[in-house]
Amino acid sequence: MAKESNFKNMLLTLLLICFGGSAVMGGAYLLTFEPIAAAQQAKVNNAIAQVLPSFDNRPAEESYEWEVSGKKVTIYPATAEGQYVGSAVEAVSSKGFGGPVKVMVGFLPDGTIFRTAIISHSETPGLGDKLDPRKSSFSTQFEGKNPATFSLSVRKDGGDVDAITAATISSRAFCDVLDIAYTAFMDAKEKGGNHE
Amino acid sequence: MEYVIIIISAVFVNNIVLTQFLGICPFLGVSNKVSTAMGMGAAVVFVMTLATLMTYLAQQYLLVPLHIEFMQTVTFILVIAALVQMVEIILKKISPALYQALGIFLPLITTNCAVLGVAILVVTKEFTFGGTPAMLNLPQAVVYTASMAVGFAVALIIFAGMREQMDLQGVPKPFRGVPIALITAGILAMAFMGFSGIV
Amino acid sequence: MNKIKLILKGIIKENPTFVLVLGMCPTLGTTTSAMNGMGMGLATTFVLMLSNMVISSMARMIPEKVRIPAYVVVIAVFVTVVQLVMQAYVPALYETLGLFIPLIVVNCIVLGRAEAYASKNSVFDSFLDGLGIGLGFTLSLTVLGAVRELLGSGSFFGHKIIAGDGMLIFILAPGAFIALGYLMVLFNKFKSKKA
Repeated sequence: MAKESNFKNMLLTLLLICFGGSAVMGGAYLLTFEPIAAAQQAKVNNAIAQVLPSFDNRPAEESYEWEVSGKKVTIYPATAEGQYVGSAVEAVSSKGFGGPVKVMVGFLPDGTIFRTAIISHSETPGLGDKLDPRKSSFSTQFEGKNPATFSLSVRKDGGDVDAITAATISSRAFCDVLDIAYTAFMDAKEKGGNHE
Repeated sequence: MEYVIIIISAVFVNNIVLTQFLGICPFLGVSNKVSTAMGMGAAVVFVMTLATLMTYLAQQYLLVPLHIEFMQTVTFILVIAALVQMVEIILKKISPALYQALGIFLPLITTNCAVLGVAILVVTKEFTFGGTPAMLNLPQAVVYTASMAVGFAVALIIFAGMREQMDLQGVPKPFRGVPIALITAGILAMAFMGFSGIV
Repeated sequence: MNKIKLILKGIIKENPTFVLVLGMCPTLGTTTSAMNGMGMGLATTFVLMLSNMVISSMARMIPEKVRIPAYVVVIAVFVTVVQLVMQAYVPALYETLGLFIPLIVVNCIVLGRAEAYASKNSVFDSFLDGLGIGLGFTLSLTVLGAVRELLGSGSFFGHKIIAGDGMLIFILAPGAFIALGYLMVLFNKFKSKKA
């Protein structure tokens, strides 16, 4: 059965286990380091590919940060055969119901929304998570709309957006995130941040 | 104002037991009597606040500078286990009365997933209390954790009160014990859902 | 024959969820769909098998008094490995389960099996015990997840089978408690009839 305890063997056993454990974890970390980085990169790339028309450059490598009135976004410009086709803008809103709502929005060069994809959110499952295009058609109403003529707020607030039933706060957060992305996109375009 | 939002959100809106499902084991295990529930609640408030303070510092000054964030789980559980041991020893020496009141709950707390859960949440999740999504700073983290723990105590004590009443009722046999406790907890969780959206 | 029994007992007689009522946090927190429940169950099974094996092979060398800390470190190491592997190969599932993956460390089932079974039995038996208990846990989580998904969103493993929105309450927190409560009632009823 288990050994008699004395200070020396207790210390030794724990030290040995800690060393052995660290070795195992370190090994696992080194082995999974690259796959994890690749998985995260793939997630961003997938989101970009989902929200933009076809392109042939690598937007993730040409990305840059842009800040408008204290709100930071990341812009991924895309080109096809050297021609600028639009940018994916990753923005985040703090107005979500359960926490931050992070969205990738694809804009055509004139500012028209092409498509959107959810990066992360913590909205209520079954209600607020309908922001995700895979779960409901809520976000498709923005496709092909230009925020210059399409008011980005829910009908209850006098805008043009049909909110998700029983999830007005999540819908507002989504409008907020689109607005942040659009403002940053247009600002970057004016000030020559875009590759045109 | 910011702290008021943190407190209300942590105690009621995002109640740790009834909306986040942390600390269910003690919630079901030590909720037979209101008096034990109070003891457990007090012990959790005490240990959880201290534990998060320590793990927050460990994360900021040890794991992040050394780039070994992947060892978070191991580090945190060791810090918590050592802390509980120390609290037990110190309490025994300094305040035997307090030790008598809280002592039997302390060993249970090491395996209370609420303590580790909140410690991890605080250093990994972005919160939106300040307007823009950001990580909590140290005072915010401490207030948030203490409020989470109070939320645990509140839920535990209310639940214990309900279970004391239930013991006097004739519950059908297959429902007795844990099943009826779970269904009651479900109804209580529905009541707490009423708080959602106020912050 | 005995070895098969060793695995089966974890599924019915000593089912960790319905009989022993252990590991309630992940049981309630991750079962918003059958798939999530199954993922959580399998991650726990993996940790349970490995930690049981390692602990059973080391138990004789560990001094009595530092037993628990030693077990906790071993378990935490395997949880970290699972965490890293999931992050690398199933990032979507890792994100959904989130906090509950590191919390496998404090799942009473894992430490409980280490203390009650692995420290006293052979390596192979401990492995089978871990497998059995783990599968029992996975099964309960999958069943609970399937029930909540079916009632809450009208689908089964992600496939829509009932039109409409379903009873949303079963996806939300209260539904978790209530669904598990009623499943336990059914389990008790079934067991008392058999006995």
